[in-house]
Amino acid sequence: MSGRRVIVMARKELVQILRDPQSLMIVILMPVILVVLFGYGVNIDLKGLPVFVFDRDGTQQSQDFLKHLQASQYFHVQRVVGNYDALTRGLDNGSAKMGIVIPWNFSQRLRSGGPVQVQALVDATDDNTANILTGYVQGVVQAYSAQVQSQWLSAHGAPLQFAPIAVETRTWYNEDLESSAFIIPGVLALVMSVIGAFLTSLTIAREWERGTMEQLISTPVSAGEIMLGKLLPYFVLGMADTVVCALIAIYWFRVPFRGSFLALMGSSAMFMVVVLSMGFFISVLAKGQFAASQIALITTFLPAFLLSGFLFAIEQMPLPLQWITHVIPARYYVSVLKKIFLKGTPAALLYADLVPLAIFALVLGILATRSFHKRLT
Amino acid sequence: MERRAAGLIVVRFYQWQTMKDALPAAIEVKGLTRSFPGVLAVDAISFDVRAGEIFGLVGPDGAGKTTTLRMLAGILPPESGSIMLAGVDVVRDPERAKHALSYMPQRFGLYEDLTVDENIRFYADLFGVNRADREPRSLQLLQAAGMSEFRTRLAGRLSGGMKQKLGLVCALIHHPKVILLDEPTTGVDPVSRRDFWRILYELLAEGVAILLSTAYLDEAERCHRVGLLHQGNLLFCDTPANLKAGMPKAVLVIASRDTRNARKLLIGAQGITSMVLHGDDLRLVVDDAHTRMGPLKARLDAVSGSYDSMMQVEPTIEDLFVDAVGARDVAHG
Repeated sequence: MSGRRVIVMARKELVQILRDPQSLMIVILMPVILVVLFGYGVNIDLKGLPVFVFDRDGTQQSQDFLKHLQASQYFHVQRVVGNYDALTRGLDNGSAKMGIVIPWNFSQRLRSGGPVQVQALVDATDDNTANILTGYVQGVVQAYSAQVQSQWLSAHGAPLQFAPIAVETRTWYNEDLESSAFIIPGVLALVMSVIGAFLTSLTIAREWERGTMEQLISTPVSAGEIMLGKLLPYFVLGMADTVVCALIAIYWFRVPFRGSFLALMGSSAMFMVVVLSMGFFISVLAKGQFAASQIALITTFLPAFLLSGFLFAIEQMPLPLQWITHVIPARYYVSVLKKIFLKGTPAALLYADLVPLAIFALVLGILATRSFHKRLT
Repeated sequence: MERRAAGLIVVRFYQWQTMKDALPAAIEVKGLTRSFPGVLAVDAISFDVRAGEIFGLVGPDGAGKTTTLRMLAGILPPESGSIMLAGVDVVRDPERAKHALSYMPQRFGLYEDLTVDENIRFYADLFGVNRADREPRSLQLLQAAGMSEFRTRLAGRLSGGMKQKLGLVCALIHHPKVILLDEPTTGVDPVSRRDFWRILYELLAEGVAILLSTAYLDEAERCHRVGLLHQGNLLFCDTPANLKAGMPKAVLVIASRDTRNARKLLIGAQGITSMVLHGDDLRLVVDDAHTRMGPLKARLDAVSGSYDSMMQVEPTIEDLFVDAVGARDVAHG
């Protein structure tokens, strides 16, 4: 292994990346676009959700409750309907995400100190949205009932004896229920998958496809030198992108960063080795740029997107899928990211994720090294 | 320029003639064999190339030229046989041999998104050529290639001939002892081709051994020695002059305004071993010129004006090759 030849390979590779508009776009624009996209676009906070209301009470009290619902800005009371059928129709055709039914005895029961039940019909085609909606509506109802209680107290001089017990669901780590705080750290895993696996999968395949590999392997440069030299620029660029994404997350989207920067860089470097090795391995096997890039997306980007716990909580997945996530390296990295960003878990306590990640890095690294030979077949 | 180059070729050839036996073999191939699923690509061929010699591997597409060169370059393991290259056993230790050799694949193997200079530097660096050696060497080679003013141009923007010459410059930057060129002049314009050959001849003074493959049979005549490769077999291996002198047959050229018709008239005539349409001529290989010319003329005379002239010419490598391949094909069929 000659460090000089590794540098020679790396310098050539870097010049090629810098001269290729497509690679450059992926390196520079893609991370920013992904962070912004998931920060704003795929914001599962769902503000201004269309709601249909069937107010069977029709009193000032029920109107007051609806005003609270409206004021919460999570909901937008799209229509007040006069019967149950209109409500279900709205849910059926998707013009409402939720239907609220206020019972006919709403104000009457509240006047006598309750309890009373408001019905919320939630469109659960997207269980994630449904969960969030239920959370929101509970929040609004709790706030309202607290207000009713305090009014009762001031009017009667005594607290409500049989006040409905508020099921208080506290949200940890993300007190504002801002989903961006949950999501954005995970975007780093996506960015790295694209830089590490997708871009890298192209490099070896490109050399085979353009015929440059045949000449390259007839020179004294060793297989290991070719591999290291080719991966080095992507490693550096991937790490730089990680920092950029983290900065955007922290300073633009105000995602809390409670852990150590060193732990972030260390775990990112490990994950980078994983995806670079995968990209390299795929590239060696596929020998064509198109096939290589497709395989890279399917084996790294998609799992990082769907099975890493980045968007969808692993605990809510069907059991077989949960098992599969154990062999998805991105799972461990996303978990580390959330801990570093949101919980501030000390680096020493991250071993449950870092050990599997290190094993993946080692195994895939060896696999990639073994796969490439300076031979034609 | 043309005359100087031609003169140089003559001089080099003369030098080679006088010293060839004293030169050590830079390439020694014995019983080299390689097959791919369903094809025996190279069938136990043996030959050697001496330092200071240009050896031409000639044959049609699919003859096994590229497979042979790849095995010699140490990038394709042979099934059996041995390759010694500048004293290194390529089969056993290909990586060590790579320091001494230079291989130019048939497809342009350089980076089109790097400039001429960057490509040269990349290869120089891989071979550990330092800057002090690289600069004068690349200057000299680029000048010989007539490319001095294109040093900052992207390789992808060069013409086909220029690309091949750049490939050669990159291949020569580290003073290799053995040069393997796979169809280096295919699709190259005549001027670049001439530059190419001049550079090759100048290199011989450095004592390198050059092995090149070509599908152009006229180019074979420029090589010191030629090996005719057909379906993985080395049919002949000698100097062009010896090959031609040793051809036991004669070549007749018939000029005609309708060569196709003339050809039709001659089908089935005795003594003809092969017939090829060659521009406005019909080239025949016959077993004996003296006894066959009369009957052949008589046969053509049956249709008036079917030909203008018929004469015997010196055989070329192409005649030899076409005849040999044709005869083999018949023998095989």
